[in-house]
Amino acid sequence: MRLTVRVWRQATPTGAGRFETHSVEGLEPSMSVLELLDKMNHDIALEGGEPVVFESDCREGICGACGIVVNGRPHGPIKRTPACHQRLSSFADGSTVTIEPFRSGAYPVIGDLMVERAGLTEIMQAGGHVQVAAGTAPEADQDRITYSEAEEALDFAACIGCGACVAACPNGSANLFLGAKLAHLAKLPIPAAERGSRAAAMVEEADRIFGPCSLHGECAEVCPAGIPLVAVSWVNRERLRRGVLGRDS
Amino acid sequence: MTAKKAGVRPGTVLDPAEPDGPRDTAWQRAKDGYRIVSPLNRRKFSVIVVGTGLAGAGAAATLAELGYDVTSVTYHDTPRRAHSVAAQGGINAARAKKVDNDSISRFVTDTVKGGDFRGRESEAFRLAEESARVIDHMNAIGAPFAREYGGSLNTRSFGGVQVSRTYYTRGQTGQQLQVAAASDLARQVRAGRVKQYVRHEMVDLIVKDGRACGVVVRSLLTGELKPLMAHAVVLATGGYGNIYFRSTLAKNSNASASWRAHRRGAHMAMPSFIQFHPTALPISSEWQSKTILMSESLRNDGRIWVPKDPADARPANDIPEEDRDYYLERKYPAFGNLTPRDVASRAAKEQIDSGHGVGPLKNSVYLDFRDAIARLGKKEIAARYGNLFHMYTDATGEDPYTVPMRIAPGAHFTMGGLWADYQLQTSIPGLFVAGEAGFSYHGANRLGANSLLSACVDGFFTIPYTVPNYLADKLGQELVSTDDPAVTQAMEDSYARFDRLLAIGGTRPPRDFHRDLGEVLYAGCGVARTKKGLMEAIAKIRAIRADFYRDLHIAGPVDRVNQELEYAGRVEDYLELAELMCVDALEREESCGAHFREEYRSETGEAKRDDSTWAAILAWGTDSWEGTPAFIRHVEPLNFDAVPLVVRDYR
Ligand SMILES: Cc1cc2nc3c(=O)[nH]c(=O)nc-3n(C[C@H](O)[C@H](O)[C@H](O)COP(=O)(O)OP(=O)(O)OC[C@H]3O[C@@H](n4cnc5c(N)ncnc54)[C@H](O)[C@@H]3O)c2cc1C
Ligand code: SF4
Ligand code: FES
Repeated sequence: MRLTVRVWRQATPTGAGRFETHSVEGLEPSMSVLELLDKMNHDIALEGGEPVVFESDCREGICGACGIVVNGRPHGPIKRTPACHQRLSSFADGSTVTIEPFRSGAYPVIGDLMVERAGLTEIMQAGGHVQVAAGTAPEADQDRITYSEAEEALDFAACIGCGACVAACPNGSANLFLGAKLAHLAKLPIPAAERGSRAAAMVEEADRIFGPCSLHGECAEVCPAGIPLVAVSWVNRERLRRGVLGRDS
Repeated sequence: MTAKKAGVRPGTVLDPAEPDGPRDTAWQRAKDGYRIVSPLNRRKFSVIVVGTGLAGAGAAATLAELGYDVTSVTYHDTPRRAHSVAAQGGINAARAKKVDNDSISRFVTDTVKGGDFRGRESEAFRLAEESARVIDHMNAIGAPFAREYGGSLNTRSFGGVQVSRTYYTRGQTGQQLQVAAASDLARQVRAGRVKQYVRHEMVDLIVKDGRACGVVVRSLLTGELKPLMAHAVVLATGGYGNIYFRSTLAKNSNASASWRAHRRGAHMAMPSFIQFHPTALPISSEWQSKTILMSESLRNDGRIWVPKDPADARPANDIPEEDRDYYLERKYPAFGNLTPRDVASRAAKEQIDSGHGVGPLKNSVYLDFRDAIARLGKKEIAARYGNLFHMYTDATGEDPYTVPMRIAPGAHFTMGGLWADYQLQTSIPGLFVAGEAGFSYHGANRLGANSLLSACVDGFFTIPYTVPNYLADKLGQELVSTDDPAVTQAMEDSYARFDRLLAIGGTRPPRDFHRDLGEVLYAGCGVARTKKGLMEAIAKIRAIRADFYRDLHIAGPVDRVNQELEYAGRVEDYLELAELMCVDALEREESCGAHFREEYRSETGEAKRDDSTWAAILAWGTDSWEGTPAFIRHVEPLNFDAVPLVVRDYR
């Protein structure tokens, strides 16, 4: 198959960007959108041009490195699927596909389709962890966690940290990411012991970097890990719990 | 053993520095003997940890927690993306909580035997012993392991063992462990105890007076090179299965850190021991960039088969029972679909090579859940494997609930890596190696779910004992100055290397060379090897290398993001390592585990070891890469004490 690709080119973080158009042939519907970029970059390199910069690593939908906006949607047209699993079968042969970087105030463009998502790491550094030193942990079977509690924790823990939720949000809020983390850790007995101070620290950091949520719900639509929208309510729940009860655990 | 092949020279006999005496208590005795640094002195020592996978994040976080001055380096934008995140199936632990008769000694037996007696027994004991702590720690720091209804930890079984000792979190075990380990590291970064370099790649090791004293890193954003100095360096840079171009690894996984250390004198052990995972997805298009892995745990309930008649073109579900060949169950009744990976991969390759392969390219075999769904119901299967089924559908457009999956062997895990002694110290004092970048535990075949364990044990529970032991007598020793000739030389070498690559000015992008190399390796040094095939592969690799230096094309500048240049550096290293892999495979005239030399097989066609000659680790030094390379073959004899040498038989 053949596709016309309109792709965002921006050499430096501060320079101006523009769309560039390429016609790419010899494609298969089973290829991923990233493999389309591979093929296009191969063509560009052979013509002596500079290949388009984009990020990916595992190409299995788990590392969260990939992330681009395809035809206006973070990751691409198929709901809840990361860019590395978006297939060209979504597009009609001969059609035009527009590819841009994630757009958000908190995501400066580094080059072409690559953006800086360090804000998410900063939220984790602020409090997304547990104060247990190696070698001091109690026996894991000692605290019983029922099957369903563990499964619920897992539903939230599935976040791959891709940051698409931020790119999809009209406010640029990271509350889906943040809420998922807070819920995951609050549901497990040992991490829950610090849930109050964790929430205070993480919410403050997220507000500073990404700003608040006004429940548009776009985030959950694009989330490749299927984090449910209810995760955002955990942000307020945990914040209030800390504020009203003043409790840590 | 005599070194008899061209270019191969005999080297030394290596000492693993294991504690003497019985192996089952060796780790405890080793720890008792290790020196420690007093808490107040720890901050006077700097340690660089390269890599933030389970091994690297664990080592950096734990050394920082102890009070050392730690620098952590990763080429990812954030530690959580290290490739450990992609592991699916689970992590083994010999906790022996069930009544299926598991024990530490059974774990050791499975590990040593699974590795076909080409790994160190003493290290298997350490793995087993520390495994209980690993689960406790990872559970405490936020990994939501699967639980039984009553609340205790759940386990599943994995290929190569007959007990259930694999702890898991759905099909995302690696992700949950990695996120937990990365957050452990994040805590230390925020506390100011770890200096974190993200989007930085280690491009050289700095060695002075025979000791590792730092690394050269390159910023992937600005191209700037910088020396980082330390009293000890830990490489936790993962495996190099990606050398095959299409593999189950992440696209950025590479051999460069290990290879650059090797070029500075660290021995490379058994580089040809590469595991081919039996349940990878087959190749379906030329531009397909990798082979996606389906977790081995699927083999618990899925049945593997091919049509008996190679010409049978019916859709899978229309092929009746009597026309199916469940070849693993037929050949290995005791283990059936749960035979170890090397056996399963080889059996699949045989079916495919003999024309029984299925799918449009006839390059795969069926993994069928029909019977399991009939027995357990779709709901239960979805609970066990739902996200894997989802992933399969994403990748192939087929629904495994209604048609069998198609799988094929894909390059996966590297059992080989930098040689290290029992302390995880390489042949360069002060340079340690942890996780998949090292070699010691897995022998010629890694048992499923033992690798996450080894990365965690190395990072959280071995490095924190052995690195202090190395540092303890170096109190007062200043860091090597960045003006030192050893440092300026390493910096100059690195600048010169990138300039040289940029200056070639040819026509082919680096990926082209990588793709060619991958084809040569799959054919010559893949699931099965022959002397002839390996010799041909060496000649072809040399030709690709010559082409690379003649015709490489790198677009773009050196001083901002240039993924082509990054890629070229990694391919350059692969092209050298690939030749060493073939030399290693050629030298080892026997079959063992994943190393199957077709010339050496039993009457029944199985791998045939030669313990009298090859119960040994080969660890290589190399030089003269500018002309005709020379290979110096060091040897570490292996002996087995707790697990007597037996022929592996999974029938
Ligand atoms: C698809 C897949 C599934 C798997 N499933 C399982 C499983 O179920 N159970 C199991 O036990 N094992 C499994 N494995 C194997 C296991 O995941 C790995 O062996 C293990 O995670 C390796 O961990 P590590 O810490 O050694 O390295 P990695 O996690 O690979 O980390 C390497 C780190 O090094 C960094 N790095 C590398 N080179 C450089 C450089 N030059 N400069 C700077 N940084 C560098 C990277 O940025 C990264 O942070 C699986 C592997 C794959 C590929
Ligand atoms: S919540 Fe979803 S969209 Fe947001 S970072 Fe996590 S996985 Fe990505
Ligand atoms: S590349 Fe890892 S999630 Fe897409």
